[in-house]
Amino acid sequence: MSFRGLPWALWRRQIVAVARLELKKTLLARRGLWIYILALAPVLLYAAHSFVMVKAGRRGNFGEDTHIFAAVFQFLYLRLVIFFGCVGIFTNLFRGEVLDKSLHYYFLAPLRRDVLLAGKYLSGLLAAAVIFSCSTLLQIVALYWYFNSNVVQDYLYHGNGLLHVAAYLGVTLLACIGYGSIFLAAGVLFRNPQIPALVVLLWETVSGVLPPLLQKCSVIFYLKSLCPVTVPGSITLDKSSLLALLAVNVSPASVVTAILGLLVLSVAVLALSSLRLRRMEIDYGVE
Amino acid sequence: MNDAAPDKRIVFEDVSKFYGEVLGVNRVNLSIPPGITSLVGPNGSGKTTLMNLMTGLVEPTRGRIRVLGLSPRQPEQLFRRLGYCTQYDSFPRGLTGYQFVYSYLRLSGRGHAEAEELAVQAIERVNLGEAAHRSIASYSKGMRQRIKLAQAICHNPTVLVLDEPLNGLDPLIRAETIALFRALAAQGLHLIISSHVLHEVDVISDQVVLLSNGYVVAEGEIRGVRDEIQEHPMQILIRCNNPGALASQVFLQDYVVEARLHHDGGGLLVKTRDADRFYLLLNRIAQNGIDIESVAPADDDVLSVYEYLIGTEEPSK
Repeated sequence: MSFRGLPWALWRRQIVAVARLELKKTLLARRGLWIYILALAPVLLYAAHSFVMVKAGRRGNFGEDTHIFAAVFQFLYLRLVIFFGCVGIFTNLFRGEVLDKSLHYYFLAPLRRDVLLAGKYLSGLLAAAVIFSCSTLLQIVALYWYFNSNVVQDYLYHGNGLLHVAAYLGVTLLACIGYGSIFLAAGVLFRNPQIPALVVLLWETVSGVLPPLLQKCSVIFYLKSLCPVTVPGSITLDKSSLLALLAVNVSPASVVTAILGLLVLSVAVLALSSLRLRRMEIDYGVE
Repeated sequence: MNDAAPDKRIVFEDVSKFYGEVLGVNRVNLSIPPGITSLVGPNGSGKTTLMNLMTGLVEPTRGRIRVLGLSPRQPEQLFRRLGYCTQYDSFPRGLTGYQFVYSYLRLSGRGHAEAEELAVQAIERVNLGEAAHRSIASYSKGMRQRIKLAQAICHNPTVLVLDEPLNGLDPLIRAETIALFRALAAQGLHLIISSHVLHEVDVISDQVVLLSNGYVVAEGEIRGVRDEIQEHPMQILIRCNNPGALASQVFLQDYVVEARLHHDGGGLLVKTRDADRFYLLLNRIAQNGIDIESVAPADDDVLSVYEYLIGTEEPSK
């Protein structure tokens, strides 16, 4: 069958059907409440900071706050909040169904398993993108709301503000794409996906000291390359400190390479999951 | 079993399935024609494994399976022609009965209007119309069984695989469900029904496959074995609101050997030599004021019937 002869329209309808079913479960499930709390944590941090500044009658330093935001975005938001949020969302897409003993519902439909995987991944991605993009925007609002509106407008419309906001949203989305693919694979390949999640966390943490080729096998390498504001030395203390190690890419990738690299990595991981999913059996008895 | 062409049959060629070192089924050779075929055997005999093999939920360790000429590894084609009502009593979270069936049809790629029409038809067919928009979490066991059946038949399949489909149904619904199976078989469908109770399926089956410890120990037309079991008492547990009154009514029948109250007081254990007539009697009793919640074969006795039929030691679970 030629590429053009494939039933793309059918697959599109099926992917949408899977995503509709899954989105409701992912966004509205009570067991996913902790992901919302996790996503709101940095917003509360910035809101508290702004509140204290206003209460103390102090005027903030816009440049300094921009750098602090860059550091928190890299150290806390990407590495912990989005990382663990994606663990919660994506490992459950298949693993949760096995634990609920409901995966056979999908396996008994006239649906290719790779189409099922695409639908589930899309639903997870939509949920993660909505939750974490909203969090990114709210963080920016919470950080800058106590500044004079002229300063903020100047930053947004006459400086690089809008570009920075777009870049942070783009990095957030790419983080969801990258970590999402890895944790979906963990849910398909492993009975206990928490263990591979910890291994990935360790890998992402130490990847900064690995040889350049191995660095490219981590999601954080590409994400750091795309962050619009470099974390300055005054925050990372000195070049040999742990924070510097976490924040600085010695040889960052170009924007195009970073985006393509991350997408290729994600597609490769999803393809591996798809191969495993095709051979997956329903055997709830061993759970 | 008969001469239908291979692409009209369900064919197992030397199929074995092992779960690690545990045997599921071994060296199964079957060629199942259209009509109603019952897989009968005690718990652990391999009935569900055979059904899961023919639907691709598990893969054979050895051998080859073809369902109407299709491989179970082609779900996108197989499940357009096959419906499977599994024994798994679990559902995707948060769905109503209607959504459960409707979403299945949308997964198969059908548009909203067609999926809606087919879902409503299937739900009406299993008499669940009034409860269709209630959450499945609030359904009784019998209702869950019926909504699974609706999902299995909603796309008008050619092959219907039903794993213990009468479990948990009250006598009236059981009779209606059996009538539905007959109607479907009359349309030329393959119906593969599993049961650990031969009595339950012998009245509707064209042929039977007896399984023991993962092996097919006998297969053929139902008539031969039916006569044999007629004389062997079978034990049935009936859960109802008034077991005492039920006992007084059933004990008058000559084919009821024994009737005693269940130890928890909520049911009656009946031994009968003629399960068919007993089930008919229950239908009449259910219409006359006694609220029958469930009817289920009492397992130990089923095993003894089974032993009797295949003439072997009690199969291990």
